[in-house]
Amino acid sequence: MATAILMPALSPTMTEGKLAQWLKAEGDVVAAGDVLAEIETDKATMEVEAVDEGVLAKIVVPGGTEGVAVNAVIAVLADEGEDAAGVDVDALSTMPSPAPIAAPSAAPSAAPASASEPTPAPAPAPPAPVAAPTPAPIPLPTPAPTPAPATRVFASPLARRLAGDAGIDLTAVAGSGPRGRIVKKDVEAAIAAGPVPAAVAPAIAGGPTPAPAGDLPGMPGYDAIPHSMMRKTIARRLTESKQTAPHFYLTVDCRIDELLDLRKKLNANANDYKLSVNDLIIRAAALALKEVPEANASWFEDAVRMWHTVDISVAVAIEGGLITPIIRGAEGKGLKAISSEMKDLAERARIGKLAPEEYQGGTFSISNLGMFGIKEFSAVINPPQGAILAVGAGEPRPVVVDGALAVGTVMTCTLSVDHRVVDGAVGAAFMQVFKGLIEEPLKMLL
Amino acid sequence: MADTDFDLIVIGGGPGGYVAAIRAAQLGMKAAVVEREHLGGICLNWGCIPTKAMLRSSEVLHLAQHAADFGLEISGAVAHLDKIVARSRAIAKQLSGGVAHLLKKNKVAVFNGSGRLDGTAGARRKVKVAAGDKTVADLTAAHVILASGARARTLPGIEADGKTVWTYKDALVPGQKPASMLVIGSGAIGVEFASFYNDIGVDVTIVEVVDRILPAEDGEVSAFAQKAFEKQGIKILTAAQVTEVKKTAGGARVTISAGGRESQLDVEVVLLSVGIVGNIEDLGLDGTKVKVERGHIVANPWCETGEPGVYAIGDLTGAPWLAHKASHEGVLCVEKIAGENDVHPIDINLIPGCTYCRPQIASVGLTEAQAKDAGKAVKVGRFPFIGNGKAIALGDAEGFIKTIFDAKSGELLGAHMIGAEVTELIQGFSVAKTLETTESDLMHTVFPHPTLSEMMHESVLDAYDRAIHF
Repeated sequence: MATAILMPALSPTMTEGKLAQWLKAEGDVVAAGDVLAEIETDKATMEVEAVDEGVLAKIVVPGGTEGVAVNAVIAVLADEGEDAAGVDVDALSTMPSPAPIAAPSAAPSAAPASASEPTPAPAPAPPAPVAAPTPAPIPLPTPAPTPAPATRVFASPLARRLAGDAGIDLTAVAGSGPRGRIVKKDVEAAIAAGPVPAAVAPAIAGGPTPAPAGDLPGMPGYDAIPHSMMRKTIARRLTESKQTAPHFYLTVDCRIDELLDLRKKLNANANDYKLSVNDLIIRAAALALKEVPEANASWFEDAVRMWHTVDISVAVAIEGGLITPIIRGAEGKGLKAISSEMKDLAERARIGKLAPEEYQGGTFSISNLGMFGIKEFSAVINPPQGAILAVGAGEPRPVVVDGALAVGTVMTCTLSVDHRVVDGAVGAAFMQVFKGLIEEPLKMLL
Repeated sequence: MADTDFDLIVIGGGPGGYVAAIRAAQLGMKAAVVEREHLGGICLNWGCIPTKAMLRSSEVLHLAQHAADFGLEISGAVAHLDKIVARSRAIAKQLSGGVAHLLKKNKVAVFNGSGRLDGTAGARRKVKVAAGDKTVADLTAAHVILASGARARTLPGIEADGKTVWTYKDALVPGQKPASMLVIGSGAIGVEFASFYNDIGVDVTIVEVVDRILPAEDGEVSAFAQKAFEKQGIKILTAAQVTEVKKTAGGARVTISAGGRESQLDVEVVLLSVGIVGNIEDLGLDGTKVKVERGHIVANPWCETGEPGVYAIGDLTGAPWLAHKASHEGVLCVEKIAGENDVHPIDINLIPGCTYCRPQIASVGLTEAQAKDAGKAVKVGRFPFIGNGKAIALGDAEGFIKTIFDAKSGELLGAHMIGAEVTELIQGFSVAKTLETTESDLMHTVFPHPTLSEMMHESVLDAYDRAIHF
């Protein structure tokens, strides 16, 4: 099957860049890891690697093109032997699924990913050899914009000062003030919650620092990658989750042949939307939570809060980590609305343009690693939510139909549940309803 | 037949109740108000508003009497108490009519009569509205907010009779000007009436059981106010108690006990201003889980009582007895019922208080003593009116503004003011406190010149030894 290769984002704020040159030509056979092209921004040059094997079927954006928008289709990779001429580039460009490319030392540009599992690509790779800042010897008329922090933290002046004095990272503090503003008592609660190491890491802007081998006996040399704010937040929140929320797990297999069929039919007649499987999963989860509201709940010290709306956080991998933009009031939104909202949120997540209220909060999470071929996994609950749904790949598997073996497309989903909030039977009831909707997807259209 | 089933019924049409009903209507709820006397409640009819009208009269009189200070000649300025009262009543009436209009505009049904809880009908609560023995209406609703307010507390053995022993209500509609008055209690109500009656020429004495007047205010404000009042001719007895009020032909002979000694004072009227008690009777609380403690209904920060679907707001739930507290509670209570997202409980430290005596008093947050009792190291700033150009130009340069900061964090813990128009200044510090500004934000704020508000800035600067004009 042909897949699109998209223009990668080299930083959270990058919106476009220059496609410097192609290192492969149309018709070349490529293996995973081969360098396909070089991308330049005002700050760096990076190589685009193939993460899949195939034939470079078509170069859409020729080398030397300036101002190529992030996520634009730059080439098409086809399976060996596949007829590249028949590839519809326009259709690929609206594909919600991620492009199978990776820049060295960066995560795949944007794949919905787990809140728990490390994204597959960013192995502790050596620093990109060409990722050095490009010196700018000529003074520019306007100074190059410094990368803005990806998120603006809303906090009262007093909260900022208290956090500064105590070395608390405000990006990791949940706000309880008007519109989620961080106020004094939130910082005091964070201080009371335990010692938080002050941000003593050296300048975050710094790249990996090569370190001499041998400051731990027996260990090889390494590159020290300073913790970003996001890395610290991920570490802190997920550690808190695993340490405080008693997780248990419920797994079901869902046959999705009908769902795939329905999606195909819906998309076939559409010109203003293109539903992904994930959109259908979001809709099914939202409806199931509406039917089993006890699962749409969070643990607080004084009481369990059963939320009035279903706000679904969807994990999206971005450079340097992941973020969970939220489809708010998902129980009241149709597939088309969910799809277009998700597309917009994911796109803006990739370029670091989400407003805090678009990713802070949420009452339930979905993490989908299906596109990486993950069969099934267990995700870490995104606190203070009560549950997270981990979605695996839909794949042909033997199934028993009317007592006989047949082949069906099956997707395994695992719900991680905070037992303080949701008991086994409630979690099971949710999964039952969810499975029912996925397997008889026409019900979702009601 | 009139509609009798609602999403929300509010018992009491004061500043808590009518505001709650309007907010409910805005949120799409079908709401009703039950009011037994006047829309607008005590605040509008017998409290905040009519007293402000009367105090404005005494202020204008005071200015007229001091016209010469401003280069003017005005002679023969005389207070006609009946006309002052008539103006005050007309203003109350105008505003009460305004509330009726607002409720109508928001399609809130109004039932005239006393409302009481009357059991349940399935998941709905029943409310009976009666006028005397006659049932006006039997209503049902999913939610009922009790907002019946409070009334003057009386002292055992000193019962108000409307002639010699007054409550605030009598003081608002006096038959004629008394020659002398004893005010028992020096809270906001006591000192406002003392100030008014003293200014129109009544011989006023205040008796306060605590060792300073205005016990809720910062100690420095109490001391300054006492001096200012005494300079105006008001006699003040602190750490003193009225033990007996004996009616006489000309009024009352009052026995006052202070420091172990008793003394007698003959006055024409005695004004009781020793706090208020909640109107908890006849609400139909028997058989419900609504808890009552010391004359007030117990409610949680969301104004929920122990009885599902029954809420209580305002004076009924206890101090501070302020209209703006009631209104704020009414709004948050309704928003919580409606399931709004951005609802927050009221923080008592963020509720400003205003007293409209001459000089005016206003405050928000902790007093210096409260801050120290809470174990905080503090930085205190003060700025006097005499250092402010606008105050001097106004011919009203008496008073000061005091600010208290947490020495460690720079949090504004409290602000206390006495002097001209400070009741209009305090909201600046209320906003600052609500937004959790520190001294730094206040210092960086540009205050307009020439205004009294510059003293707010200077007071903050003074806390950090940076005041410019003093």
